[in-house]
Amino acid sequence: MLALTACGGGGETNVERGNREGILHYGNGSEPQGLDPHVVTGVPENHLIRALFEGLAVKNPHTLEPEPGVAESWNVSEDGRVVTFHLRADARWSNGDPVTAEQYVWSWRRALHPEMGNLYAYMLYPVKNAEAFATGKLADFGEVGVKALDPRTLEVTLTEPTPYFIQLMDHYSTFAVHPETILAHGEMTDRFTRWTRVDNIVSNGPFELAEWKLNRRIRMTKSETYWDKGRVRLNGVVFYPTENEVSEERMFRAGALHYTQSLPLNKIPIYQAREDSPYVQAAYLGTYFYLVNTERPPLDDVRVRKALSMAVDRETLSQTVMQGSVVPAYSITPPGTLGYEPPRVFDHDPEAARRLLAEAGYPNGEGWPAVELIYNTQEAHRKIAVAVQQMWKDVLNIEITIANQEWKVYLDSVSTMNFDIARRGWIGDYVDPNNFLDLYLSGGGNNNTGFANPVYDDLIQNRAPRAKSREERYRLFREAEAMLMEQMPIIPIYTYTSRHLIHLSVRGMPANLMDSLNLRYVWLDPHQGRTNEETK
Amino acid sequence: MERFIALRLLQAIPVILAVITVTFFLVRVAPGGPFDSEKAVIPEVKAALERQYRLDLPLLQQYTAYLGDLAQGDLGPSFKYPGRSVNELIAAGLPVTAELGLYALLVAVLIGGSAGIFASLKPNTAQDYLPMAAAMIGICMPTFLLGPLLVLVFGIHLEWLPVSGWGDIPGDKLLPSITLGAAYAAYIARLSRAGMLEVLNQDYIRTARAKGLPEWQVVVKHALRGGLIPVVAFLGPAFAGLLAGSFVVETIFQIPGLGRFYVQAAFNRDYTMILGTTVFLSTLIVLFNLASDILAAWLNPRLRHQFGSSR
Repeated sequence: MLALTACGGGGETNVERGNREGILHYGNGSEPQGLDPHVVTGVPENHLIRALFEGLAVKNPHTLEPEPGVAESWNVSEDGRVVTFHLRADARWSNGDPVTAEQYVWSWRRALHPEMGNLYAYMLYPVKNAEAFATGKLADFGEVGVKALDPRTLEVTLTEPTPYFIQLMDHYSTFAVHPETILAHGEMTDRFTRWTRVDNIVSNGPFELAEWKLNRRIRMTKSETYWDKGRVRLNGVVFYPTENEVSEERMFRAGALHYTQSLPLNKIPIYQAREDSPYVQAAYLGTYFYLVNTERPPLDDVRVRKALSMAVDRETLSQTVMQGSVVPAYSITPPGTLGYEPPRVFDHDPEAARRLLAEAGYPNGEGWPAVELIYNTQEAHRKIAVAVQQMWKDVLNIEITIANQEWKVYLDSVSTMNFDIARRGWIGDYVDPNNFLDLYLSGGGNNNTGFANPVYDDLIQNRAPRAKSREERYRLFREAEAMLMEQMPIIPIYTYTSRHLIHLSVRGMPANLMDSLNLRYVWLDPHQGRTNEETK
Repeated sequence: MERFIALRLLQAIPVILAVITVTFFLVRVAPGGPFDSEKAVIPEVKAALERQYRLDLPLLQQYTAYLGDLAQGDLGPSFKYPGRSVNELIAAGLPVTAELGLYALLVAVLIGGSAGIFASLKPNTAQDYLPMAAAMIGICMPTFLLGPLLVLVFGIHLEWLPVSGWGDIPGDKLLPSITLGAAYAAYIARLSRAGMLEVLNQDYIRTARAKGLPEWQVVVKHALRGGLIPVVAFLGPAFAGLLAGSFVVETIFQIPGLGRFYVQAAFNRDYTMILGTTVFLSTLIVLFNLASDILAAWLNPRLRHQFGSSR
């Protein structure tokens, strides 16, 4: 230990060596739960799995529109209910086997299998009878709407037309796995096998797993069997479990990382002030909001909920507490979700807020009962809660207590609706208003507010899916969202942003709404630095 | 002596069993479970998961099944990391944490011990006050402050040492070891000073001095052995504490040790991992306490005599 040789191996940092050798050093947030696409959930897992595997279609990192992956093309039937994927002839597993339609049928059976315990099984629910099979109501997988017409043709039948279905093909829960490899290490539905370990795993993506050191690093090398290997310009990627964002920023400063998963709020102004700043901030498909328990007085009165929402000065909150790093939100769906612009039915309006509260029977806050706002323990949540508490006090003259809860306790409180007001965030799984609006279906598992409206349900479940055009569909969604915001079971606060430090040598990594990483496009250019236009 | 060790080992069994039992039931009382997540879990999926992890059985049956597995050395599968067993996770983290703990202890003993002895030689002078004031600062300074400070100075400004990692780049073990060892060095400095002062006032030291022995011989040959007994007694629990308490340092320096798993397991409600690490660490603590008792007995002639006669 005390052998203090020349620091950092001759002074060359990871970034310098990486630029020379074409190796990207990537801060990935945390140690992944695992690498089995049908078992794990989470953002770090997503980055790793989508580097190792490839779906039928892949999101273009610039536009987020799906482009060919394992499938070289696909057709959607006239009524929107049958999707036929044509697999490319040169799609290969890392052991040289071809990727076939039968493997997709096998993999989707695994992903949906009731014994599997796949938390993301619902990603495939648009497929006919998939939900019945996953919940054990249907035993015969043959009745589920997925068929291999031949080794290179996969036909999928959907319950309803699902415009975002192709997008879901880039979600890892819909990926194919190599059946022989899985069965060589255990049962099909076994969660505890070793098939994803370095010497065992067989994958079909642009990179192959080379090393997996627990809590230390995961190293990948460029795949030689990948069909589009000519386009892959990186020779490898090293993923680091950078749990602590303060340490991660220090690693970046010391040249140990090309890319950080996040940036501490108080560091934002410092990096923004720099010329040729490595800081990249972009709108993110997620909303930060407060859930309101509409079953508890006084919050069961819509006028109270609106008063609370209108009293919040989101602009000030974003600029001060959040250092200008977020965008004020007035709806549940983030603006610009593939062309969707949510309706704006209310504003920051202290006068109207006071009037509404008086109408509800609490003029100038008189007679206001005890109400509590809960949030999961985290400094940023606390700061926002304190600011909002003060705004409610100043504008409405009411006292609301705030309390923090440890993460799992908080989850328990939210799911059992044991709260008055609760902090909540929602990150989209796919780019479509449906992903946000279907949360508030009557009795939905993520509703947690008591909001229930049959007209709203009808709009989301029946009328929007059958819309003839994207315009009509979005109009119906806007109608539904306006209804939701009129009832205000949630108080939107801000739209998330993604915040990264990206070394200027990293190219081909555009910022996008899903913070979606496609390593196939990335390269390192130490000589010609990135212009900031590139990441906008 | 053998009887003493055997007796202490036997006493350890009910202690560890109590730890297991209390931990097992306590983690179940905590609200929220391992499968709760931000997005609602479909009931059928949750049921399938609970079956896979035996959580569908009555609690008492789960408990006896766990004890049965434990008797065979199987700590069960991790909830948070499917496909990995708790044994595997501990085996991956332990060598790193143990190495870090050992170096930290080395730092603590070398720096703390010499500072304490040095201070005790001229009590109530600058030679005493200076190292003791430094020790006080060391005790008060939390590792989450000291670590980043050291990184800032030696890692970022001077660029002498790596800011993170363990065994990847030469020199990356230095800062974490110093950070973790500093607080213990401070304790050891105070303990060794107190121990030495007590011994230096004893009659046999006066005798040694009266014989005309040079001062360094008095200190090294006669005083040290007795004076360091409190330090030795402290080392066992200290090392166990270093193993269990390295979480902060492991997080600051991105070290792949056991501490991070231990703390995260509690947040994740990773039942088997919480139990596994707790059982493992409590066993270690019991063993280290025993080891330091034996060592202290060996150093202390009065106690040694006691064991000798009971043989």
